[in-house]
Amino acid sequence: MKRPGLYQLRRVFRSISPTYVRVSIVCLFALPLFAQTTDLERPVPVLTGNAGFITTQENGETTMVPQINPVLLLPLGDHWLVESRAEFEGEFERPAGATGFDGAFSKELDYLQADYIANPYLTVTVGRFLTPFGMYNERLYPIWIRDLQQVPLIFPIGTGSSDGLMLRGGFSLNSKVNLNYAGYFSTLSTIDKLDSDRNVGARFGFFLPGPRLEAGVSWQKSLQEDRKNSFGFHLAWQPPRVPLNIRSEYARSDDGSGYWIESAYRLSQVPLWNHVMRRTELVARMQQFFTGENTGTATSDDEYDLPGGDVQQPDFGVNYYLRDGLKISGSYGRWWGKKDWNTWEMGIAYRFVMPLGRAQ
Amino acid sequence: MRIRILLFVWIAAFVWALGATAADAPKPATSPGVSTVAAEAAPNDLDSANRRIEGERRYRANCGRCHAAPQKFPPRMMATIVRHMRVRATITDEDMRSILYYMTQ
Repeated sequence: MKRPGLYQLRRVFRSISPTYVRVSIVCLFALPLFAQTTDLERPVPVLTGNAGFITTQENGETTMVPQINPVLLLPLGDHWLVESRAEFEGEFERPAGATGFDGAFSKELDYLQADYIANPYLTVTVGRFLTPFGMYNERLYPIWIRDLQQVPLIFPIGTGSSDGLMLRGGFSLNSKVNLNYAGYFSTLSTIDKLDSDRNVGARFGFFLPGPRLEAGVSWQKSLQEDRKNSFGFHLAWQPPRVPLNIRSEYARSDDGSGYWIESAYRLSQVPLWNHVMRRTELVARMQQFFTGENTGTATSDDEYDLPGGDVQQPDFGVNYYLRDGLKISGSYGRWWGKKDWNTWEMGIAYRFVMPLGRAQ
Repeated sequence: MRIRILLFVWIAAFVWALGATAADAPKPATSPGVSTVAAEAAPNDLDSANRRIEGERRYRANCGRCHAAPQKFPPRMMATIVRHMRVRATITDEDMRSILYYMTQ
């Protein structure tokens, strides 16, 4: 007994002319061709990062720091990005009067996060991320970006890495003002290389594209131990007609407070030896740190520590860009604290970028 | 009659599929992510030049806040890097698309 449905289906297929079959086959093969066109423009995984070698002479002690910071960017579909940065760093010191260097290599996982770009206003991040406090930690930390190789004195306040959830985004309030924000919760973790504190925080920034002026405020509340609050302000200005970069941060917590203000001037407008001058950048920075209620009482195994007392430090430096992503730098600074000393620094930093797949 | 209906459905499905594929191409204009570049090609040179100028302006305003001007990379790399910078520097969706256009032209 024939089943009516199957019988009718056979009749339908038998009655389809060969022309329709040919058209159908062409159509079936045509679809992947269209898909290939769009595939050419899809983002490809990228391995980037920087490598460098920094030599510091400070208070009679010489330190050599070779380091490499690979960054892996893995886009998934139209909305996802998995990104990670690790830090492999050696620190070899020769104390004053000693003959040889002594030290070791260390490795850190700065971030390993999954970003979901939900809509033009919101990105959801989970995993281990750079704590959004101020602007230095997230944006200026890589050695090929920073104008002076020494991080600011107040850098440890509110920064580092956090394990948890973050909501962030940026959008235009009107044609003259952009707003950017980040809010996060971080959980306590004592896992080696994934350590973080339990805290919540937020940062808001206003950016004026016309005058290229950005100002922002940061807050962080610790949810463990002393449950301290940290506050920060940041300011960045790049005058459109002058190759000048002015940046500043202020941070305050029970561990201390302080500020840094830095200006970097590219000599591209100097008429003499322009092929050299346009690659040269002069940098000056002034910073101060003031002790707080808990200064020196916190025990920390973090890479960076706050000074143990009041400090003020001016720095002057020069960067020479050999080519895109490759620069040599030198600087001099004077530390005024309980003791005074000079700081000399020389270094080279290189940024690499390579696709992990077909880039064209 | 049923054959015609089946044929009509098949052609309609094919046209819909083509439309969906074509709609995927200019997705950066509507999608919050960054996936395509060349599909935003301008209809004429003047429009394209204006978009490049606007892209350069936004590029200098946003990217120059932190680092010196990098070289241009192939489009698929650039799409990844701009998506990364969108998250890292909280660049707006509109700025990101404009910068991506400038950096891939």
